[in-house]
Amino acid sequence: MTLVVVVVLLAVFVMVVGGAVLVRSRRYPELEPPDIEAAAEPLLAADHDRLPPPVVTPEEAAAVEAEALGLPEPPPAPGRPRIRDRLGKARGLITGYVGSVLSRSSIDDSSWDDIEEALIRADVGVATTGTLIDNLRQRVKSDSLDTPEQLLSALRDQLKADLAVEDRRLHLAETGTNVWLFVGVNGVGKTTTIGKLGLRRAAEGNRVVMAAGDTFRAAAAEQLQTWAERVGADLVRGAEGGDPGAVVFDAVQRAAARGADLVLADTAGRLHTKVNLMEELRKVHRVAQREPGVVSEVLLVIDATTGQNGLTQAREFAEAVGVTGVVLTKLDGTAKGGIVLAIQAELGIPVKLVGVGEGPEDLIDFDPDEFVDALFAA
Amino acid sequence: MFESLSERFEGIFARLRSRGALSEADVDEVLREIRLALLEADVNFKVVRDLLTRIRERCIGLELSKSLSPGQQVIKTVHEELIGILGGQTLRITYASKPPTVILLAGLQGAGKTTVAGKLGRWFRQAGRQPLLAGADLQRPAAVEQLRVLGAQAGVPVFSQPTDPVAVAVAARAEAERLGRDVLIVDTAGRVTVDADLMDEVRRISEAVRPDYTFLVVDAMIGQESVTTAEAFHATLALDGVILTKLDGDARGGAALSIKEVVGRPVAFASIGEKQEDFDVFHPDRMASRILGMGDVLTLIEKAEQNYDQEVAERAAAALQQGRFTLEDFLEQLQQVKKMGPLQSILGMMPGMPKELKNANIEDSEVARVEAIIRSMTPTERREPDLINGSRRLRIAQGSGTDTKDVNQLLKQFKEMQKMMQPLMAVTGGRVGKGKKKGGRGGGRVTPKGAIAGMRELRKMQAMGGMEGLTGSDGKLDPEALSGLAGAGGPGGLDSIRESLGLPSPGQRGR
Ligand SMILES: Nc1nc2c(ncn2[C@@H]2O[C@H](COP(=O)(O)OP(=O)(O)OP(=O)(O)O)[C@@H](O)[C@H]2O)c(=O)[nH]1
Ligand SMILES: [Mg+2]
Repeated sequence: MTLVVVVVLLAVFVMVVGGAVLVRSRRYPELEPPDIEAAAEPLLAADHDRLPPPVVTPEEAAAVEAEALGLPEPPPAPGRPRIRDRLGKARGLITGYVGSVLSRSSIDDSSWDDIEEALIRADVGVATTGTLIDNLRQRVKSDSLDTPEQLLSALRDQLKADLAVEDRRLHLAETGTNVWLFVGVNGVGKTTTIGKLGLRRAAEGNRVVMAAGDTFRAAAAEQLQTWAERVGADLVRGAEGGDPGAVVFDAVQRAAARGADLVLADTAGRLHTKVNLMEELRKVHRVAQREPGVVSEVLLVIDATTGQNGLTQAREFAEAVGVTGVVLTKLDGTAKGGIVLAIQAELGIPVKLVGVGEGPEDLIDFDPDEFVDALFAA
Repeated sequence: MFESLSERFEGIFARLRSRGALSEADVDEVLREIRLALLEADVNFKVVRDLLTRIRERCIGLELSKSLSPGQQVIKTVHEELIGILGGQTLRITYASKPPTVILLAGLQGAGKTTVAGKLGRWFRQAGRQPLLAGADLQRPAAVEQLRVLGAQAGVPVFSQPTDPVAVAVAARAEAERLGRDVLIVDTAGRVTVDADLMDEVRRISEAVRPDYTFLVVDAMIGQESVTTAEAFHATLALDGVILTKLDGDARGGAALSIKEVVGRPVAFASIGEKQEDFDVFHPDRMASRILGMGDVLTLIEKAEQNYDQEVAERAAAALQQGRFTLEDFLEQLQQVKKMGPLQSILGMMPGMPKELKNANIEDSEVARVEAIIRSMTPTERREPDLINGSRRLRIAQGSGTDTKDVNQLLKQFKEMQKMMQPLMAVTGGRVGKGKKKGGRGGGRVTPKGAIAGMRELRKMQAMGGMEGLTGSDGKLDPEALSGLAGAGGPGGLDSIRESLGLPSPGQRGR
């Protein structure tokens, strides 16, 4: 096998040096290979009257559900579940630490250890936990707190304060066709969240168009189509393996033509480490911005079970497409979703929605008080 | 995955190595650092605590030993503990004496079960089996359609029916028997462990099909809940192993460690990309080395052996021996390397890869660009790039849809690479030249051990500042510095590689 080993070594060279070539080329953005998409863009920006026909093939256009003009009656407004109702059964862990802290007569080192452990086990992360505890210690000192009850209520306040933001509404621009873009790594719940949110918007009397921007994963469009039918939304889909930007573009056109209020744009799950896929996402975002499209929300979907990688995800997606809010899904499981504390602390991106199950009504507005109280609920 | 963990350890160990004796405070500092590193890698809190307790105990017991320095003792202990957790045998599938061998996949929502089912189908097919996929996820919209598409891609039939999951599983087993399919892979819906009804459902599926292997599919990005999740599924299904998915990302994957420690079941397979071939048996013992910064050389070599075309390898060896490695050879090698999987993940296996390169996000599409440029050259140009003048350059750029600047850059880099390989080529060529048949076995003196050592030297090179100087103040890779290194005589780099390969240094020595 000597030969193979030589070649492996060679591969090391090919890659170290070839890698260097590639790294170098990345440093020079003007070297980006020409592509049709980019070439088409200036033209679009320059002259709206001479718009080329939308970037959709006939098959794509044909695939679009034709009879969607007459929207079915919007389903009745769902009763909104509250975080606490859904989380009750999974909260044992933090409760255990709370009990442990309360069982002592004063605040001692073990109390701090308990709090640290509780936060880390909720996936808040070492760094954010450290800051939180430092702040809390200061508070305990400055306010001369000395009972475990006082400590816990200070912790709650601290958590709530850390999660507080002025505005966590989902925004809609006054003019133009609003697009909410859903992004995130694979399997976090993007498509499902669009389904649930579509139902909610429809129930509130809005006309919703869903864009099946995941042209990559097998049967992704079928999945969204099921949701569209379920909630009575218009669906625009493209050819499998086709250009996701084209699908979103077409959806915006359609929404504009039919006077729909909002486009909910799905995208394929992608790991934030894949440069070309992140580039593709940027492109989708740009295309969605083309008149009359206005991207008024970019929602990063984060699975509550996510560990410390969630922070990196948020950073990278925010860098690429300017994330405006987080959707925290799967909070109906045992996971606490503490990573959103780190995301809020480090990047200032607020959580806007919470997913608490697979059903159409299992979506709620994020409320930090409820979230924190639920964390401590006995 | 584990890169950051190993980097962390290396930082600590480097400090330990540089100190003679180790005070008790040192031990505590080290343990604190290790704790941080493990927690940041999403190793479960409890697992970290137990691990540290064991390490501390062992460190105290070891203080009597005189054979190793205290620093070495700590390193050795940590290493052993990690191997102790991750280690053990690679899982081997034993096929049922009365087919089909039934594989049951279970896990949380979005972990990647359906994709894994498709990949397993392909994997078994490649192992010479006739698998059947069963779509028992009737919960998520279009899950069965997804499985059908994946099955078609893998060339594996898919069975499902819109009844209920238990009935599908039972019918699928009967279908496998009827069709003489010898492996049945059952995909189930994702479920949260607190949903008693759904947990009961998966138990009934299991009871109905009596799986030979039950795998928990776990997302490598999972945090502290990996343990709770694995325990719950283990209590319900008696797991045989874990399949770790999305390992091609940058999650550190502490779950592998945590689950093994708590439920005692190893990671059997790893999924490292969205394509069906991005999937393989997981080697837990190798992962321990990877944590400790030794790279995943064994996997790399294995992959090379599997995917490298013997003939192409021989041609490359010959080119090396003759001291001429052309763009044509480069293209051919690149082709082979690409077969080994996504470039990024291969880079990840390489020990001593500078972080900047590892995180450089080398996308296969960018490689395609390099390829396009070379392909737009005539064979003569590929052999003699010096021929490429202005007009040829323009033609090549146009032919490959790139820029003359790209072409220039590639040529320049390639020249540097040739220079870098020159000494190695000369030596290998010289030795083999003495009477050995060209390309024959045992030609040259490069042994596998030597090669591994050589790779390790790459890391040393980095530690010695060879690579360090490559990063600018912004921490980004500085291309100018890198091309400087590629020129022969980079600070100690190639020399140490040569040394460890047992090759004499041509001309002046670096040190
Ligand atoms: N329990 C629970 N499951 C959820 C929730 N949200 C989504 N899921 C499930 O998670 C799985 C993945 O959801 P998808 O919506 O397909 O996720 P995605 O991000 O679109 O996935 P890809 O497009 O494959 O990247 C499905 O089984 C969903 O039913 C939630 O809030 N709770
Ligand atoms: Mg999706």
